Amino acid sequence: MIVAERKPFAEIQSLVAGRKRVLLLGCGTCVTVCMAGGEKEVGILAAELRMARQLAGEPIETVEDTVQRQCEWEYLDAVADKILAADTVLSLACAIGVQAIAERFPKVRVVPALNTSFLGLPTEHGVWKERCQACGNCLLGKTGGICPVARCSKSLMNGPCGGSQGGKCEVNPDIDCGWQLIYDRLSALGELDTLLEIEPPRDWRTSRDGGPRKIVREDLRQ
Amino acid sequence: MNEKPDSAFEPRIVAFTCQYCAYAAADLAGTLHRSYPASLRIVRLPCSGKLDALHVLKAFEEGADGVCLMACSEANCHHIDGSRRARQRIRYLQALLKEIGIEPERLAVITATSAMDGGLPQAAAEMTEQVRKLGPSPLAAQRIPSTPKNRFFA
Repeated sequence: MIVAERKPFAEIQSLVAGRKRVLLLGCGTCVTVCMAGGEKEVGILAAELRMARQLAGEPIETVEDTVQRQCEWEYLDAVADKILAADTVLSLACAIGVQAIAERFPKVRVVPALNTSFLGLPTEHGVWKERCQACGNCLLGKTGGICPVARCSKSLMNGPCGGSQGGKCEVNPDIDCGWQLIYDRLSALGELDTLLEIEPPRDWRTSRDGGPRKIVREDLRQ
Repeated sequence: MNEKPDSAFEPRIVAFTCQYCAYAAADLAGTLHRSYPASLRIVRLPCSGKLDALHVLKAFEEGADGVCLMACSEANCHHIDGSRRARQRIRYLQALLKEIGIEPERLAVITATSAMDGGLPQAAAEMTEQVRKLGPSPLAAQRIPSTPKNRFFA
Protein backbone atom coordinates (compact mmCIF):
# COMPACT_ATOMS: atom_id res chain seq x y z
CA MET A 1 0.00 0.00 0.00
CA ILE A 2 0.93 3.65 -0.22
CA VAL A 3 1.92 4.64 3.31
CA ALA A 4 1.41 8.22 4.47
CA GLU A 5 1.38 10.13 7.72
CA ARG A 6 -0.32 13.31 8.76
CA LYS A 7 1.50 16.59 8.48
CA PRO A 8 2.10 18.54 11.71
CA PHE A 9 -1.07 20.33 12.79
CA ALA A 10 0.60 23.76 12.63
CA GLU A 11 1.50 23.19 8.96
CA ILE A 12 -2.05 22.09 8.14
CA GLN A 13 -3.39 25.18 9.89
CA SER A 14 -1.13 27.39 7.81
CA LEU A 15 -2.33 25.70 4.60
CA VAL A 16 -5.94 26.65 5.37
CA ALA A 17 -5.18 29.99 7.06
CA GLY A 18 -7.81 32.57 6.25
CA ARG A 19 -10.05 30.01 4.51
CA LYS A 20 -13.59 29.89 5.84
CA ARG A 21 -15.20 26.91 4.16
CA VAL A 22 -12.98 23.86 3.87
CA LEU A 23 -13.81 20.42 2.53
CA LEU A 24 -11.81 17.70 4.27
CA LEU A 25 -11.74 14.85 1.80
CA GLY A 26 -10.50 11.46 2.90
CA CYS A 27 -9.62 8.43 0.82
CA GLY A 28 -11.00 4.96 1.51
CA THR A 29 -8.09 2.92 0.26
CA CYS A 30 -4.38 2.93 1.24
CA VAL A 31 -4.46 5.87 3.67
CA THR A 32 -7.50 4.42 5.43
CA VAL A 33 -5.60 1.19 6.03
CA CYS A 34 -2.50 3.02 7.29
CA MET A 35 -4.76 5.17 9.46
CA ALA A 36 -3.66 8.51 8.08
CA GLY A 37 -6.50 9.76 5.89
CA GLY A 38 -9.67 7.69 6.21
CA GLU A 39 -13.10 8.66 7.47
CA LYS A 40 -12.01 8.66 11.11
CA GLU A 41 -8.91 10.76 10.51
CA VAL A 42 -11.05 13.23 8.55
CA GLY A 43 -13.35 13.52 11.58
CA ILE A 44 -10.48 14.02 14.00
CA LEU A 45 -8.73 16.65 11.89
CA ALA A 46 -11.99 18.50 11.21
CA ALA A 47 -12.75 18.64 14.95
CA GLU A 48 -9.22 19.86 15.69
CA LEU A 49 -9.42 22.59 13.05
CA ARG A 50 -12.85 23.77 14.21
CA MET A 51 -11.72 24.01 17.84
CA ALA A 52 -8.36 25.65 17.09
CA ARG A 53 -9.94 28.21 14.79
CA GLN A 54 -12.74 28.91 17.24
CA LEU A 55 -10.20 29.57 19.97
CA ALA A 56 -8.32 31.88 17.60
CA GLY A 57 -11.52 33.85 16.97
CA GLU A 58 -11.59 32.80 13.31
CA PRO A 59 -14.31 30.15 13.02
CA ILE A 60 -14.07 27.73 10.14
CA GLU A 61 -16.83 25.77 8.47
CA THR A 62 -15.81 22.23 7.70
CA VAL A 63 -17.46 19.72 5.40
CA GLU A 64 -16.34 16.11 5.72
CA ASP A 65 -16.45 13.35 3.16
CA THR A 66 -14.44 10.30 2.18
CA VAL A 67 -14.41 8.74 -1.27
CA GLN A 68 -13.40 5.20 -2.08
CA ARG A 69 -10.37 6.28 -4.13
CA GLN A 70 -9.20 9.85 -4.64
CA CYS A 71 -6.78 8.67 -7.33
CA GLU A 72 -9.58 8.08 -9.85
CA TRP A 73 -11.57 10.94 -11.30
CA GLU A 74 -14.88 9.06 -11.37
CA TYR A 75 -14.88 8.90 -7.57
CA LEU A 76 -14.13 12.63 -7.37
CA ASP A 77 -16.95 13.43 -9.80
CA ALA A 78 -19.38 11.91 -7.29
CA VAL A 79 -18.51 14.66 -4.79
CA ALA A 80 -17.97 17.45 -7.34
CA ASP A 81 -20.67 19.63 -5.73
CA LYS A 82 -18.84 19.66 -2.41
CA ILE A 83 -15.45 20.22 -4.06
CA LEU A 84 -16.72 23.17 -6.06
CA ALA A 85 -18.51 24.73 -3.07
CA ALA A 86 -15.37 24.76 -0.89
CA ASP A 87 -12.89 27.61 -0.89
CA THR A 88 -10.16 25.03 -0.18
CA VAL A 89 -10.11 21.25 -0.38
CA LEU A 90 -7.92 19.74 2.33
CA SER A 91 -7.09 16.32 0.94
CA LEU A 92 -6.27 13.49 3.31
CA ALA A 93 -5.25 11.26 0.42
CA CYS A 94 -1.76 10.49 -0.81
CA ALA A 95 -0.16 12.98 -3.20
CA ILE A 96 -1.83 11.20 -6.11
CA GLY A 97 -5.25 12.05 -4.73
CA VAL A 98 -4.26 15.68 -4.22
CA GLN A 99 -3.08 15.92 -7.83
CA ALA A 100 -6.13 14.08 -9.13
CA ILE A 101 -8.28 16.84 -7.62
CA ALA A 102 -6.01 19.56 -9.00
CA GLU A 103 -6.20 18.06 -12.50
CA ARG A 104 -9.93 17.40 -12.48
CA PHE A 105 -10.92 20.75 -10.95
CA PRO A 106 -8.52 23.36 -12.36
CA LYS A 107 -10.08 26.28 -10.46
CA VAL A 108 -10.23 24.58 -7.07
CA ARG A 109 -7.56 25.21 -4.45
CA VAL A 110 -6.42 21.87 -3.02
CA VAL A 111 -3.81 21.35 -0.30
CA PRO A 112 -2.40 18.18 1.28
CA ALA A 113 -2.92 17.17 4.90
CA LEU A 114 -0.58 14.19 4.59
CA ASN A 115 3.02 13.49 3.72
CA THR A 116 3.15 10.55 1.32
CA SER A 117 5.95 8.44 2.73
CA PHE A 118 6.57 5.19 0.86
CA LEU A 119 5.23 1.93 -0.55
CA GLY A 120 5.21 -0.58 2.24
CA LEU A 121 3.35 -2.81 4.64
CA PRO A 122 2.39 -2.96 8.31
CA THR A 123 4.75 -5.27 10.20
CA GLU A 124 2.92 -4.85 13.51
CA HIS A 125 0.13 -2.65 14.86
CA GLY A 126 1.19 0.94 14.34
CA VAL A 127 4.40 0.15 12.43
CA TRP A 128 4.80 0.41 8.65
CA LYS A 129 7.96 -0.34 6.71
CA GLU A 130 9.10 0.39 3.18
CA ARG A 131 9.23 -2.51 0.74
CA CYS A 132 9.19 -1.05 -2.79
CA GLN A 133 10.57 1.99 -4.59
CA ALA A 134 8.60 1.40 -7.82
CA CYS A 135 11.80 1.15 -9.90
CA GLY A 136 9.82 -0.26 -12.81
CA ASN A 137 11.97 -3.35 -13.36
CA CYS A 138 11.31 -5.89 -10.61
CA LEU A 139 14.17 -8.22 -9.76
CA LEU A 140 12.61 -9.95 -6.75
CA GLY A 141 12.80 -13.23 -8.73
CA LYS A 142 16.59 -13.16 -8.39
CA THR A 143 16.80 -12.06 -4.78
CA GLY A 144 14.57 -14.46 -2.92
CA GLY A 145 11.63 -12.06 -2.80
CA ILE A 146 13.54 -9.35 -0.90
CA CYS A 147 14.14 -6.09 -2.72
CA PRO A 148 17.71 -4.76 -2.79
CA VAL A 149 16.50 -1.44 -4.24
CA ALA A 150 14.17 -0.71 -1.33
CA ARG A 151 15.83 -2.63 1.49
CA CYS A 152 19.51 -1.89 0.89
CA SER A 153 20.27 1.69 1.90
CA LYS A 154 22.57 2.01 -1.12
CA SER A 155 20.29 0.05 -3.48
CA LEU A 156 23.27 -2.16 -4.32
CA MET A 157 22.78 -4.78 -7.02
CA ASN A 158 25.65 -6.95 -5.73
CA GLY A 159 25.77 -6.75 -1.97
CA PRO A 160 26.38 -6.64 0.84
CA CYS A 161 28.80 -3.77 1.26
CA GLY A 162 31.44 -3.39 3.98
CA GLY A 163 28.98 -1.47 6.13
CA SER A 164 26.99 -4.60 6.91
CA GLN A 165 27.77 -5.59 10.50
CA GLY A 166 25.98 -8.32 12.41
CA GLY A 167 23.12 -8.25 9.93
CA LYS A 168 22.56 -4.52 10.42
CA CYS A 169 23.14 -1.54 8.15
CA GLU A 170 25.80 1.07 8.84
CA VAL A 171 23.26 3.80 8.11
CA ASN A 172 21.28 2.91 11.23
CA PRO A 173 21.54 -0.11 13.54
CA ASP A 174 17.73 -0.33 13.49
CA ILE A 175 17.84 -1.16 9.77
CA ASP A 176 18.36 -4.76 8.74
CA CYS A 177 21.00 -5.20 6.05
CA GLY A 178 18.94 -5.92 2.92
CA TRP A 179 21.64 -8.12 1.46
CA GLN A 180 21.97 -10.12 4.68
CA LEU A 181 18.23 -10.77 4.45
CA ILE A 182 18.64 -11.82 0.80
CA TYR A 183 21.54 -14.13 1.72
CA ASP A 184 19.61 -15.73 4.59
CA ARG A 185 16.53 -16.22 2.47
CA LEU A 186 18.37 -17.71 -0.51
CA SER A 187 20.26 -19.93 1.91
CA ALA A 188 16.99 -21.20 3.39
CA LEU A 189 15.67 -21.83 -0.11
CA GLY A 190 18.84 -23.69 -1.12
CA GLU A 191 19.44 -21.15 -3.90
CA LEU A 192 22.67 -19.51 -2.74
CA ASP A 193 24.28 -20.24 -6.11
CA THR A 194 22.05 -17.47 -7.50
CA LEU A 195 24.42 -15.01 -5.84
CA LEU A 196 27.36 -16.26 -7.94
CA GLU A 197 25.86 -14.44 -10.89
CA ILE A 198 27.09 -10.84 -11.11
CA GLU A 199 24.28 -8.39 -11.70
CA PRO A 200 25.35 -5.84 -14.35
CA PRO A 201 24.86 -2.08 -13.87
CA ARG A 202 21.16 -1.37 -13.80
CA ASP A 203 19.20 0.60 -16.38
CA TRP A 204 17.47 3.16 -14.19
CA ARG A 205 15.47 4.66 -17.04
CA THR A 206 12.52 2.55 -15.90
CA SER A 207 12.81 4.34 -12.58
CA ARG A 208 12.88 8.13 -12.07
CA ASP A 209 15.93 8.63 -14.31
CA GLY A 210 13.67 8.46 -17.37
CA GLY A 211 11.47 11.35 -16.16
CA PRO A 212 7.77 11.01 -15.27
CA ARG A 213 6.59 7.58 -16.30
CA LYS A 214 3.47 6.36 -18.02
CA ILE A 215 2.00 3.06 -19.08
CA VAL A 216 -0.13 2.74 -22.19
CA ARG A 217 -2.21 -0.36 -22.84
CA GLU A 218 -3.48 -0.15 -26.41
CA ASP A 219 -5.77 -3.14 -25.80
CA LEU A 220 -7.62 -1.16 -23.13
CA ARG A 221 -7.43 2.31 -24.60
CA GLN A 222 -10.57 3.92 -25.97
CA MET B 1 -5.36 28.61 33.52
CA ASN B 2 -7.16 30.74 36.10
CA GLU B 3 -4.81 31.73 38.90
CA LYS B 4 -7.62 31.83 41.43
CA PRO B 5 -9.99 28.90 41.06
CA ASP B 6 -13.60 29.95 41.11
CA SER B 7 -15.18 27.78 43.78
CA ALA B 8 -18.63 28.56 42.38
CA PHE B 9 -17.64 27.15 39.02
CA GLU B 10 -19.12 23.69 38.61
CA PRO B 11 -17.24 21.90 35.82
CA ARG B 12 -19.00 19.73 33.29
CA ILE B 13 -17.04 16.51 32.98
CA VAL B 14 -17.86 13.67 30.62
CA ALA B 15 -16.81 10.39 32.20
CA PHE B 16 -16.46 7.48 29.82
CA THR B 17 -16.78 4.42 32.02
CA CYS B 18 -16.02 0.77 31.40
CA GLN B 19 -19.10 -1.26 32.32
CA TYR B 20 -16.99 -3.83 34.15
CA CYS B 21 -15.33 -1.47 36.61
CA ALA B 22 -16.24 2.22 36.90
CA TYR B 23 -19.84 1.88 35.75
CA ALA B 24 -20.37 -0.91 38.25
CA ALA B 25 -18.55 1.17 40.90
CA ALA B 26 -20.89 4.10 40.24
CA ASP B 27 -23.81 1.71 40.60
CA LEU B 28 -22.37 0.42 43.87
CA ALA B 29 -21.80 3.95 45.15
CA GLY B 30 -25.47 4.66 44.47
CA THR B 31 -26.61 1.50 46.23
CA LEU B 32 -24.52 2.48 49.25
CA HIS B 33 -25.93 6.02 49.15
CA ARG B 34 -22.53 7.58 48.67
CA SER B 35 -22.64 10.84 46.80
CA TYR B 36 -20.28 11.98 44.09
CA PRO B 37 -20.03 15.36 42.35
CA ALA B 38 -22.85 16.29 40.00
CA SER B 39 -20.18 17.48 37.58
CA LEU B 40 -19.89 13.98 36.14
CA ARG B 41 -21.87 12.99 33.03
CA ILE B 42 -21.41 9.25 32.85
CA VAL B 43 -21.26 7.48 29.49
CA ARG B 44 -21.20 3.70 29.66
CA LEU B 45 -18.84 1.79 27.39
CA PRO B 46 -18.69 -1.99 26.90
CA CYS B 47 -14.92 -1.68 27.50
CA SER B 48 -12.60 1.29 27.89
CA GLY B 49 -11.03 0.09 24.63
CA LYS B 50 -14.22 1.20 22.89
CA LEU B 51 -13.31 4.81 23.58
CA ASP B 52 -12.89 6.56 20.26
CA ALA B 53 -10.83 9.70 19.69
CA LEU B 54 -13.90 11.24 18.07
CA HIS B 55 -15.96 10.71 21.28
CA VAL B 56 -13.45 12.73 23.28
CA LEU B 57 -13.03 15.50 20.72
CA LYS B 58 -16.81 15.77 20.35
CA ALA B 59 -17.20 16.20 24.10
CA PHE B 60 -14.66 19.03 24.16
CA GLU B 61 -16.13 20.59 21.06
CA GLU B 62 -19.54 20.65 22.70
CA GLY B 63 -18.12 22.50 25.66
CA ALA B 64 -17.02 19.89 28.18
CA ASP B 65 -14.64 21.39 30.75
CA GLY B 66 -13.03 18.00 31.26
CA VAL B 67 -13.19 14.44 30.04
CA CYS B 68 -12.09 11.39 31.94
CA LEU B 69 -11.80 7.76 31.09
CA MET B 70 -12.53 5.40 33.95
CA ALA B 71 -10.91 2.12 33.06
CA CYS B 72 -9.87 -1.18 34.61
CA SER B 73 -6.21 -1.59 35.48
CA GLU B 74 -4.24 -2.75 32.47
CA ALA B 75 -3.77 -6.21 33.97
CA ASN B 76 -7.47 -6.65 34.70
CA CYS B 77 -9.15 -5.78 31.40
CA HIS B 78 -11.97 -8.19 30.48
CA HIS B 79 -10.97 -7.76 26.86
CA ILE B 80 -7.27 -8.23 27.63
CA ASP B 81 -5.92 -5.24 25.69
CA GLY B 82 -8.76 -2.72 25.86
CA SER B 83 -7.55 -0.73 28.83
CA ARG B 84 -3.97 -0.52 27.54
CA ARG B 85 -5.12 0.62 24.11
CA ALA B 86 -7.48 3.19 25.61
CA ARG B 87 -4.63 4.66 27.65
CA GLN B 88 -2.47 4.89 24.51
CA ARG B 89 -5.37 6.71 22.83
CA ILE B 90 -5.65 9.13 25.76
CA ARG B 91 -1.95 10.03 25.50
CA TYR B 92 -2.39 10.63 21.76
CA LEU B 93 -5.43 12.81 22.45
CA GLN B 94 -3.64 14.81 25.13
CA ALA B 95 -1.04 15.73 22.50
CA LEU B 96 -3.81 16.73 20.07
CA LEU B 97 -5.47 18.92 22.71
CA LYS B 98 -2.18 20.70 23.32
CA GLU B 99 -1.87 21.42 19.59
CA ILE B 100 -5.39 22.81 19.53
CA GLY B 101 -4.76 25.06 22.53
CA ILE B 102 -6.67 23.17 25.21
CA GLU B 103 -4.87 22.15 28.42
CA PRO B 104 -4.12 18.40 28.20
CA GLU B 105 -4.80 18.15 31.95
CA ARG B 106 -8.50 18.45 31.12
CA LEU B 107 -8.30 14.84 29.89
CA ALA B 108 -7.40 12.16 32.42
CA VAL B 109 -7.51 8.43 33.05
CA ILE B 110 -8.80 7.08 36.33
CA THR B 111 -8.14 3.45 37.14
CA ALA B 112 -11.24 1.86 38.65
CA THR B 113 -12.52 -1.42 40.01
CA SER B 114 -16.10 -2.54 40.49
CA ALA B 115 -15.47 -2.90 44.24
CA MET B 116 -14.34 0.72 44.83
CA ASP B 117 -17.43 1.87 46.68
CA GLY B 118 -15.75 4.94 48.16
CA GLY B 119 -13.00 5.19 45.57
CA LEU B 120 -15.13 6.33 42.70
CA PRO B 121 -16.72 9.29 44.50
CA GLN B 122 -13.25 10.29 45.67
CA ALA B 123 -11.73 9.98 42.18
CA ALA B 124 -14.65 11.96 40.77
CA ALA B 125 -14.11 14.67 43.38
CA GLU B 126 -10.38 14.84 42.58
CA MET B 127 -11.05 15.11 38.85
CA THR B 128 -13.64 17.81 39.49
CA GLU B 129 -11.17 19.74 41.61
CA GLN B 130 -8.43 19.40 38.97
CA VAL B 131 -10.73 20.80 36.29
CA ARG B 132 -12.08 23.48 38.62
CA LYS B 133 -8.53 24.75 39.05
CA LEU B 134 -8.17 25.00 35.29
CA GLY B 135 -11.40 26.98 35.04
CA PRO B 136 -14.05 26.73 32.34
CA SER B 137 -13.03 25.29 29.00
CA PRO B 138 -12.11 28.07 26.58
CA LEU B 139 -14.59 26.50 24.19
CA ALA B 140 -17.45 26.26 26.68
CA ALA B 141 -18.51 29.87 26.22
CA GLN B 142 -18.61 29.69 22.45
CA ARG B 143 -20.50 26.75 21.09
CA ILE B 144 -19.18 25.91 17.64
CA PRO B 145 -21.81 26.61 14.96
CA SER B 146 -21.14 23.57 12.77
CA THR B 147 -21.35 21.18 15.70
CA PRO B 148 -24.24 18.77 15.38
CA LYS B 149 -26.95 18.68 18.00
CA ASN B 150 -25.61 18.81 21.53
CA ARG B 151 -25.99 15.39 23.02
CA PHE B 152 -24.05 15.55 26.26
CA PHE B 153 -25.42 18.75 27.72
CA ALA B 154 -28.99 18.96 26.45
